[in-house]
Amino acid sequence: MIFKGKVWKFGDNIDTDAIIPARYLTTSDPQQLAAHCMEDADPDFITKMKTGDIILGGKNFGCGSSREHAPISIKAAGISCVIAKSFARIFYRNSFNMGLPIFESRELVDAIKEGEEITVDSVRGTITLTGADKTFEINSIPPFMEELINDGGLMKHIAKKRDNNEKKYI
Amino acid sequence: MGNTITEKILMAHTNLKNISAGQLINARVDISLGNDVTAPIAIKEFYKAGGKKVFNKNKIALVLDHFTPNKDINSAQQCKAVREFAQKHKITHFYEGGSVGIEHALLPEQGIVVPGDLVIGADSHTCTYGALGAFATGVGSTDLAAAILTGELWFKVPSSIKFVIYEKLQKWVSGKDLILYIIGRIGVDGALYQAMEFTGETIGKLSMADRFSMANMAIEAGAKNGIFAPDKITSEYVKKRAMRNYNFYYSDNDAVYSDTIEINAAKIEPQVAFPHLPSNVKGISKSGRVKIDQSLIGSCTNGRIEDLRVAAKILKNRRASSNVRLIIVPATPEIYRQALKEGLIDTFMKANAIISPPSCGACLGGHLGILAEGERAVATTNRNFVGRMGHVRSEVYLAGPAVAAASAVLGRIASPEEL
Ligand code: SF4
Repeated sequence: MIFKGKVWKFGDNIDTDAIIPARYLTTSDPQQLAAHCMEDADPDFITKMKTGDIILGGKNFGCGSSREHAPISIKAAGISCVIAKSFARIFYRNSFNMGLPIFESRELVDAIKEGEEITVDSVRGTITLTGADKTFEINSIPPFMEELINDGGLMKHIAKKRDNNEKKYI
Repeated sequence: MGNTITEKILMAHTNLKNISAGQLINARVDISLGNDVTAPIAIKEFYKAGGKKVFNKNKIALVLDHFTPNKDINSAQQCKAVREFAQKHKITHFYEGGSVGIEHALLPEQGIVVPGDLVIGADSHTCTYGALGAFATGVGSTDLAAAILTGELWFKVPSSIKFVIYEKLQKWVSGKDLILYIIGRIGVDGALYQAMEFTGETIGKLSMADRFSMANMAIEAGAKNGIFAPDKITSEYVKKRAMRNYNFYYSDNDAVYSDTIEINAAKIEPQVAFPHLPSNVKGISKSGRVKIDQSLIGSCTNGRIEDLRVAAKILKNRRASSNVRLIIVPATPEIYRQALKEGLIDTFMKANAIISPPSCGACLGGHLGILAEGERAVATTNRNFVGRMGHVRSEVYLAGPAVAAASAVLGRIASPEEL
């Protein structure tokens, strides 16, 4: 898959309370959650961003709660993918399970400035900066995780395996 | 080469003969937990995937503890959706209303999770049950949907960090202070994707309540799970509660660890985590004069009877400062009743405390104790992120029950020694 978009940059340890504050968790409606995406990190984020834009995070992006509302709000807001130096583990599995593309790349996050445009090529495993001759590598992911993304998330993956009468889904 | 307790429990839930860190596995789940925030999404996913029957109605726990007693119409709708699911599928462990407690205090107390279990929960503090010598980890709602449909889930086997804790704890120092100290030392991603295994002579003497507080906060260091080898104290706790048979697992002497960290517990004073990260930790003597508006004693970290006893010892014949709202949350109905019996609730009320029903409400900034702009709270909870307990410009200081109680009396962050 190819993702091309403008970058919004955030720091280290962006937690799930910053991505979607608990006060909005009385609903799981994606559109309502999207309206408050990243609100406690940047209150204007949702009005500034455009569909297809990309979020860049530092270390430990998505730490804190297990709330899947976090990747749901990011996806429903129209963010195409998230790139960070590292992800907190529940956010990491949530994203694969529900189909939000995420990538780890340590050098890229330091090298790119907010507002710049990048192209992510998930098949070739590269990210390029528009207008510059710079390419960065994405950390590779295990084949099972790739299968999850290609199938559109964990539940679709399980359903597919069941249709094929395969006992195990991994 | 031997295995860690974490690896052994995971392996026992597969048909594999050996497993090692980094491996992706599919494992059988003993208990899958959801609450009123995370279960509604899981239920939607369950039906969307064509789910008709749950894998096993005895292996699911649904606990309506977050926005309850129902905060507003939206939260009432969420609870209703979970209730209807629980009734339709005859879920054995469904808790709401007067039987509800904060999930991570409730499940061990009721003997629903036991040593040797593999437990997943759509709540990050599911790692609490590691105190029992179980493998327990927080996952997302889609994971929960998969587990209640198939009884299994995918895992990456974590490597383990071994913590060896020795020497006697100082007065007023609890498991909470130990774990805050550890997170301060290794950072909020210091154990990312890994297991934290707590060992050493100090650990062997800790009560179950202290062990639960420690395992509870493993996630605040980024860990997948926190775990304690079961011992006599574990046995005493589970034998009168367990609903099922249980198994004790132990790490082999030649198990492989990614790191070993030794800690002299005698050198640790009560700890406080300053805003806005659980790793932003200082000893109480270095905390300065921080005025507070609220003190919250409760949550899945420190809402157990042992915590309330510590608070009551300090609050006995004293009153909370007139500038401080002191909120006390017994974590479960059983704890509430025990606190009543022991006269703790009376002590608290005489100290001008608000007694909250068992609920997550204030801990996550949901309801029952929200902070206004510029307000500060000391809390025995586990997270102090920006906006965690209310306004984005409010502040949360994490501490154990002793410091939270003393601070309530003095109106500023304080050590019990100052009283
Ligand atoms: S008490 Fe707080 S940390 Fe514990 S489960 Fe409830 S909201 Fe989460």
